[in-house]
Amino acid sequence: MRRITAAIAAITTVTALAGCGGGTATGNGGNKSPKTLTYWASNQGKSLDDDKQKLTPELQKFETQTGIHVKLEVVPWTDLLNRILAATSSGQGPDVLNIGNTWSASLQATGGLLPFDAATFAAIGGKDRFVPSALASTGAAGKDPAAVPIYSLAYGLYYNKKLFKAAGIANPPATWSELVTDGKKLTSGGKTGLAVEGANNSENIHHAFVFAKQHGADFFDAAGNPTFATPGTVAAVKQYVDFIASDKIAAAGDAEYAQNQSVADFAKGKAAMLLWQAAGVQLKERGMNPDDWGVAPVPVQTGAPGSGTGVNTMVAGINLAVFKNTQNRDGALKFVKFMTSDDEQKILNGKYGSLPSVSSAQQDPQFSNPELTVLKEGLAKSAAALPQVPKESQFEELVGTAMKDLFADAAAGRPVTTESVQKRLMKAQQQMQG
Amino acid sequence: MSSRPRSPMARPMSFVWTRRIVLTLLGLFAALPVYVMLSTSLKPLQDVTDKFQWFPGSLTLRPYIDIWHTVPLAHYFMNSIVVSVAATGLSVLVAIFASYAVSRYHFRGKRIFTITVLSTQMFPGILFLLPLFLIFVNIGNVTGIALYGSRAGLIITYLTFSLPFSIWMLAGYMESIPRGLDEAALVDGCGPLGALFRVVIPAAVPGIVAVAVYAFMTAWSEVLFASVMTNNTTRTLAVGLRGYSTQYDVYWNQIMAASLVVSVPVVAGFLLLQRYLVTGLTAGAVK
Amino acid sequence: MTAPTSTTTPSRGGGTGDGPGPFPGSGRAGKKPRRTFGIGRGAVPYLLVLPALLLELLIHIVPMAVGIVMSFKELTQFYIRNWGQAPWRGFDNYRVAVNFHAPIGEALLRSFGITCAFTVLAVGFSWLFGIAAAILMQDSFRGRGLLRALFMTPYALPVYATVIIWAFMLQHDNGLVNHVLHDQLHLSSKPAFWLIGNNSFVSLVVVSIWRNWPFALLVLMAGMQNIPDEMYEASAIDGAGVWQQIRHITMPSLRPINQVLVLVLFLWTFNDFNVPYVLFGQSAPPAGDLISIHIYQASFLTWNFGSGSAMSVLLLLFLLVVTTTYLAVTSRTRRTSNV
Repeated sequence: MRRITAAIAAITTVTALAGCGGGTATGNGGNKSPKTLTYWASNQGKSLDDDKQKLTPELQKFETQTGIHVKLEVVPWTDLLNRILAATSSGQGPDVLNIGNTWSASLQATGGLLPFDAATFAAIGGKDRFVPSALASTGAAGKDPAAVPIYSLAYGLYYNKKLFKAAGIANPPATWSELVTDGKKLTSGGKTGLAVEGANNSENIHHAFVFAKQHGADFFDAAGNPTFATPGTVAAVKQYVDFIASDKIAAAGDAEYAQNQSVADFAKGKAAMLLWQAAGVQLKERGMNPDDWGVAPVPVQTGAPGSGTGVNTMVAGINLAVFKNTQNRDGALKFVKFMTSDDEQKILNGKYGSLPSVSSAQQDPQFSNPELTVLKEGLAKSAAALPQVPKESQFEELVGTAMKDLFADAAAGRPVTTESVQKRLMKAQQQMQG
Repeated sequence: MSSRPRSPMARPMSFVWTRRIVLTLLGLFAALPVYVMLSTSLKPLQDVTDKFQWFPGSLTLRPYIDIWHTVPLAHYFMNSIVVSVAATGLSVLVAIFASYAVSRYHFRGKRIFTITVLSTQMFPGILFLLPLFLIFVNIGNVTGIALYGSRAGLIITYLTFSLPFSIWMLAGYMESIPRGLDEAALVDGCGPLGALFRVVIPAAVPGIVAVAVYAFMTAWSEVLFASVMTNNTTRTLAVGLRGYSTQYDVYWNQIMAASLVVSVPVVAGFLLLQRYLVTGLTAGAVK
Repeated sequence: MTAPTSTTTPSRGGGTGDGPGPFPGSGRAGKKPRRTFGIGRGAVPYLLVLPALLLELLIHIVPMAVGIVMSFKELTQFYIRNWGQAPWRGFDNYRVAVNFHAPIGEALLRSFGITCAFTVLAVGFSWLFGIAAAILMQDSFRGRGLLRALFMTPYALPVYATVIIWAFMLQHDNGLVNHVLHDQLHLSSKPAFWLIGNNSFVSLVVVSIWRNWPFALLVLMAGMQNIPDEMYEASAIDGAGVWQQIRHITMPSLRPINQVLVLVLFLWTFNDFNVPYVLFGQSAPPAGDLISIHIYQASFLTWNFGSGSAMSVLLLLFLLVVTTTYLAVTSRTRRTSNV
């Protein structure tokens, strides 16, 4: 027994030592290694390799200009958040990194990212260069942004012109009731009116958020507390799930889509409409004739898109952040400046089919094709940023999963009622902690 | 192959028919996914994402070419091989020492040692993933030995994953080796290590191979720790294969082709060593 | 934990022989005195176990202890960067986890129940398939080697590949399973969902069996080789048929190996993370919400490591209790029962 005690004591000591050693991630960086930078890019292209090929020439340009070598790592989305977590908890991470812009407030709360205060913004060329709506999704209100936008996106309604013509529909729907009516006309003979990505948490959240706005509701109150199960949010979630449940304009099989199968269905002509962010590049990649599809603003409940209940898209996109523990802060900011310069914004967004986050670069004619014009308009006039609260990632996880389960109910033919939606959302809200 | 044939006895028809039916069903169960894997790897992506067909409408070897540049497959494969082989080698070596001590010596604390080691087999990975990561980073900060993000870190992590089961199996196997053998070696003037290397290890080869195969398979397949502890230069296949499922699309045909390509050497090796595995496990687990 | 006791080598009369256990000196009562080496008294055994001990300490024991410490902290995203400073919460994380009337505890309990059912089914069928195939493949017949190679293949494929192939086959629209069940055999009026909804539980069980039963087969084949031919021959002379031989010779002889095999399969299956993670992605449907993925969500997706660690510690305690009880019960029954 004495030996056991001794062993436990030994283990405890080691633990205590390790415990004291833990959490040393408090350094605030500096400029100890001014010649190199590590950059974690997110997977924006069709493969990791594709991203590498698109980014490498630009990074070389940066090296020629500044003499700073950028080590690029393209991190798959499945790993990105875990890698950031590991980096934040240990202080060992990249210098510069891409984040999904909806994560901004969550990551800001960790204190792991360099805040963009006035001086920092001055170092990268000023805050007012950025598109205001894109800046809205860079961190909690009243705090210095945790990141700056580099690729901007918004949702649009993609529709198949051939199928619309065949069904005798002249114009794309402008309201949801029109969309449902049109959708029913288009749903026949193995084809459906709309494709949805029912098992994809992020997509679910984005749509729920926009529908909630249109019902005048929010998932968080002004104090940042969850309000998931208000009549407005319940109506919002139900309206989206009803595309499968009661309107039946989307196929039941869509309930298990989580890997862009809805885009594939649209490209193949199996579905006549799709709500997506900058799908153009993907559709081309999938062999859909560019003349066969058109883009319209995402429908609203009534009237025309605008602010308030006229919101019809979330502010989508990717932000660029500087890791606070960087050993090359000046170099990192130079890199941010480079990536957000007019030239690079045009080149990079041109490659990815997204919109520049910098106003001057957005004026470039290459971003004025019919698709990007619609998205640009949406982003400028009728977009709202997802809640900029620290618990955003919990919200995505819990409400996203609740919606996935509701879609599963709908697909299995079980009724989806206001009560059942309310119950699920209430449960999700009760599981929020911390 | 391995088990010696039973003396042929007349089996009743009920047994023969049971055997035919059950083994056919199990064979179908085992083979079906493997067949789907093979046929999918030979289809163009268009066909794969459409209604399932038993036989490829159009055959193509394209996926087998594309796999090498959609993700750096060769690189991941090398990482996996290096990590798995090193983890296996070290795990076996450490296990041999420990099991030799356990099977041949009485020493204070042996019971605690064996119980502790075996119970680590129960630890949920989720519980110690983040702490382990932090410890690695701290070791790096203090000593300059980079364990985080390096193959070395992954190697020592994986080797401990297989260690408990390996020690336990090998100790059992060594028990089955007559003690007279190593006592004779000791009498001949070998030290305890001499006895271990000259007598016990050669006699324990089947057990060692069985343990090695187990250790290799453990390291080869691990996903959770690899996804947090590797970067693009040290990423292993187990997580690297996920690269075929991208922001755009899931390249099913390439996933299948890549899985088959990287599995061929492993499956072949596994089947070759199966004989040892059976005999090694026999003595280890039973004796 | 007591190391499993040794093989009984049933002799014809049915008496039990008692051999040494895998871990001699692990405290079994009534052990015969054993000779130890004169040389190396003292340091040698410690030096031999030292590498193993150090590695286990570094990779398992210390991190685990740190994990236990974390379970008493409020380790959310606000403190992750400097978790030494995270406030202590005492047993709060545990209280929340075991409050089965509140949603978090209720969800954990549900997930625990699902995991238990999943484990029982997956381990049960893996063992059943393994023992059936092992018994039926005792005699040599044409194609036996080939069949065994085929049976082993799922175990030799990387986990990701084995699971993703099932995810592919279980798709609602284009999967093989629905193609066969619905399009070809017309067993259902409309194609079923296997990756969402209630069927996802079935999918999990099937995938887990597919991956694990070859291991059971392998171990059981090994065990059967240890049964001396003479026993079968003798019983044949006594007029026993093949079914009686299986019942009276094969099964009793395999008992010690079964004890170990079932335990190992239980621990692997209960803790299994890879299968649900690859099959469902990060958020599993309620019916397939295994405890490992549940805890992963609780800690990694919402960055609440205090709460996640507390759940893991509870899981570990459960596994320890089950394992100890299991070994105690199975060892005792074996010692007392007369085969």
